[in-house]
Amino acid sequence: MAQPILKPVERQSKNVGSPKERIEDLRFLRGKGIYVDDVKKQDVLHVSILRSPIAHGLIKNIQTDEAKKLSGVVAILTAKDIIDRCGSVPLIPIRLHHNPILDSYKQPVIANEKVRFVGEAIALVVAKTPAIAEDAMGLIELDIESLEVASDIETALKNEVKLFSDPKGNSPLTYRSKKGNAQLVFDNAAYTRKEKFVIQRISAMTMETRGVLAEWKAESQELFVFGAAKVPFWNRAALAQMLNLDKNSVQLIENDVGGSFGARGEFYTEDFLIPFIAKTLGVTVKWIEDRLEHLTSMNQARDCDAEVEIACDREGRILGFRGHMHYDLGAYPRTNGLVAPRNITQFLTGPYKVDNVDLSCDIVFTNKTPSGTLRAPGRFESNFFCERLLELAAKDLGLDPVEIRRKNVLTPKDMPFPFPTISPSLIEHTADTECDSGDYRETLERCVKDFKWQELQHLQGQLVDGVYHGLGLSCFIEGGSAGPRENAKLRLEKDGLITFSVGSTSVGQGVETVLTQIAADELDLDMTQIVMLHGSTTLLNEGWGSYHSRSTVMGGSAVTNATDLFKEEIRVRASAVLRCDPSQIHVSAGVASSSQGGSVTWNELVSSSPIEVMGTFASHHHTYAYGCAAAHVSVDPKTGRIKVLDYLVVEDVGRAINPLTVHGQLVGGTVQGMSGTLLEHIVHDEQGQLLTGSLADYLIATATDFPSIRAVVLEQYPSPLNPLGAKGAGEGGTICVGGAIGNAVANALSSLNIEPTTLPLSPLRVWEMIHET
Amino acid sequence: MQVKMTVNGKLFESDLAPRINLADCLRHEMDLTGTHVACEHGVCGACTVLVNGDAVRSCLMLAVQANGQSVVTVEGLSSDAELSALQASFRKHNALQCGFCTPGFITTAHALLTQEPNCDEDRIREVLSGNLCRCTGYVPIVQAVLDARVAYQQMGVK
Repeated sequence: MAQPILKPVERQSKNVGSPKERIEDLRFLRGKGIYVDDVKKQDVLHVSILRSPIAHGLIKNIQTDEAKKLSGVVAILTAKDIIDRCGSVPLIPIRLHHNPILDSYKQPVIANEKVRFVGEAIALVVAKTPAIAEDAMGLIELDIESLEVASDIETALKNEVKLFSDPKGNSPLTYRSKKGNAQLVFDNAAYTRKEKFVIQRISAMTMETRGVLAEWKAESQELFVFGAAKVPFWNRAALAQMLNLDKNSVQLIENDVGGSFGARGEFYTEDFLIPFIAKTLGVTVKWIEDRLEHLTSMNQARDCDAEVEIACDREGRILGFRGHMHYDLGAYPRTNGLVAPRNITQFLTGPYKVDNVDLSCDIVFTNKTPSGTLRAPGRFESNFFCERLLELAAKDLGLDPVEIRRKNVLTPKDMPFPFPTISPSLIEHTADTECDSGDYRETLERCVKDFKWQELQHLQGQLVDGVYHGLGLSCFIEGGSAGPRENAKLRLEKDGLITFSVGSTSVGQGVETVLTQIAADELDLDMTQIVMLHGSTTLLNEGWGSYHSRSTVMGGSAVTNATDLFKEEIRVRASAVLRCDPSQIHVSAGVASSSQGGSVTWNELVSSSPIEVMGTFASHHHTYAYGCAAAHVSVDPKTGRIKVLDYLVVEDVGRAINPLTVHGQLVGGTVQGMSGTLLEHIVHDEQGQLLTGSLADYLIATATDFPSIRAVVLEQYPSPLNPLGAKGAGEGGTICVGGAIGNAVANALSSLNIEPTTLPLSPLRVWEMIHET
Repeated sequence: MQVKMTVNGKLFESDLAPRINLADCLRHEMDLTGTHVACEHGVCGACTVLVNGDAVRSCLMLAVQANGQSVVTVEGLSSDAELSALQASFRKHNALQCGFCTPGFITTAHALLTQEPNCDEDRIREVLSGNLCRCTGYVPIVQAVLDARVAYQQMGVK
């Protein structure tokens, strides 16, 4: 087990651990945030993107003559123009878990000869105003020869419709996780049960749509791209390579970002196309995605099925899991498209002590919008499968739902507890990972106690005033702190201004506030004395961004390293002034004093040159926050409507730097999970046409849907893997919702023998389940 | 078309294309970018502004329809000196994360609390259900609006 780097209690905590009001709020509340469409530039041209109206076809002709004649149109570009400039159409690279098997499946940045989903970019109209660009788009004539469509997993697996010419067909890669000897335990287990599950396709649906503003400076041959988010440094390297530019002549500027949830900020086709136009035409050009484009071209998620089996002994101890799953990735592998099928395979066992696992998952390409990560990728899905199976096992074995979980959750003596090994895993340090620390019984017991689980048991499965009541539980783990490292730069200017920059990006989660709390404590200053400059590639040489609940853990740990180096530099400079050894210098708020007597202010030490230090934190060990959720629902058998009467999630996050924002992550994540469990559904028809193309068709939670959500944040087991003790907290709320609500609905309808296995649990689906019995 | 309106207390006059909507006019003609556009079909509420005191979706209203009207945006409800009682309550309750939907919630809640300062939680939820937020789960937003009622009650019903 990794040893603590530095016990959190040894550090100062004036701000850390305190529910500080956020710095970001001061501009957001006044309407002074600067999101990408708010960036002002002179002489900006606007782009509209003509997208494929059909899901699968061969492009025969693109007639642009009429459109070009429209006054105000500057240019219309297609794949041909990109080939002329670049030699070929560049492909969207894979950022996470790249596998060369997928090289022939990558998405061209613009459709070239073939379209594979409704919404794929075909032509770019550049015009003086957005309205003219859209008008011109309507004048382009497209001739596309329709091909047969594979719009679901079952059709695609037949390989009668081939999306790609690669002989591996529509399902070229299978993930497999193995541990122990699943075959042996299933052959001999006292109890086994197998079930099929289906989870629907949904969208991250960030409130701000995507947008790119690109400015080419011909004189200096520099490209500035506004609207970057999440992983700007990786995206810069990708873009520079595709445009054949040195990465130092490309800058990605992160503005305020209206939500990421895993989807916003990945490298999409538009992240090449708009800068390409700017550079090719030597102009400043802007594209702001509209909501329909958002629904057809931004990464979607979930969309998978599973046939999974659990084995237990007679007392309900889990002996093993095995099974096979399919993950529908849509038409192409996106930058992070492999994360969810990989996670679903490795993390299905969640917080439980399971020694025998044999799970596999095929990735499947279909004629739909490509898929990527969405808050709790693969984790939400596999939690639903695992928790539903465990609930069925409890029922079959006559065990209490709390008791069966109590028997199986991990305890300190089990730590560190390894997950199954995943393959293929081509990158070092990624095949194996282990739960780092904690007593998972504590969050279970706390949740059951605070929820008044026992006191409510008299309602379990009862019909009261025409509705069935049900209670459900779900235990979970949340993976955090993806490596390999993070950087933090800290500067003390000659005028006394202290700034710092971190590779963690600000996507609305409050990272400016949280990292400033850490920096202030480390430097013994007030938060108002330090300014965080965030996210742009102009500020640091390299950074890794915000995903996998990593921005606080990795970025915050890098900040502590930067402050250590800064104080060391203060000691060195002060020792020269005070004529003593650096070890004799004590550094406190703004002052360095010698144990031999005498002191000097920090400002005096930078009168000739500023101090700049570069901190870093490197780790390939993931942290695992953990918790438990309980739900109380009512189900109306007449309408199929589910009401969430009460819901509590308890998560131990190791250390909450800002309890206010952690609580906000848990509650917000929970409601996003509820929305994905009960309301949201991206629907395509058999021809791959999107049937839910607006926010009036695609329902997300509103203020009236889930009023009763409670969250409790615990800090009992700080992570031993980083100086903060933090474990990340952005996804836990979401992970457990499907399991908890699914189990509550099953228990509500137990007298009807209904076991939900398919999401969303929409009124129609629930009504149908009731009436099928 | 010639258009004349009052925006945040200042007179705005311009010759506008008839098809420009009020949201685009505010954002791009007047640089009032606090009003956010997120769906452009009246579902999400991010672009909500006050027209003669009523909460209105500026993406569904043509700029020319605002001729002769008084328009207030989130900028008009803010001062650089200190946050309003409603804004301070949002901050206290962590009722915003990414901030993109926030101006629409502030304008909507301001209109509600001005017109109905004694509204209860159900009424607040009902009115706010016309605004979408993806980050907060709405729980802290409702708490923030409930908490801000007292400031509006002291101002009296207008």
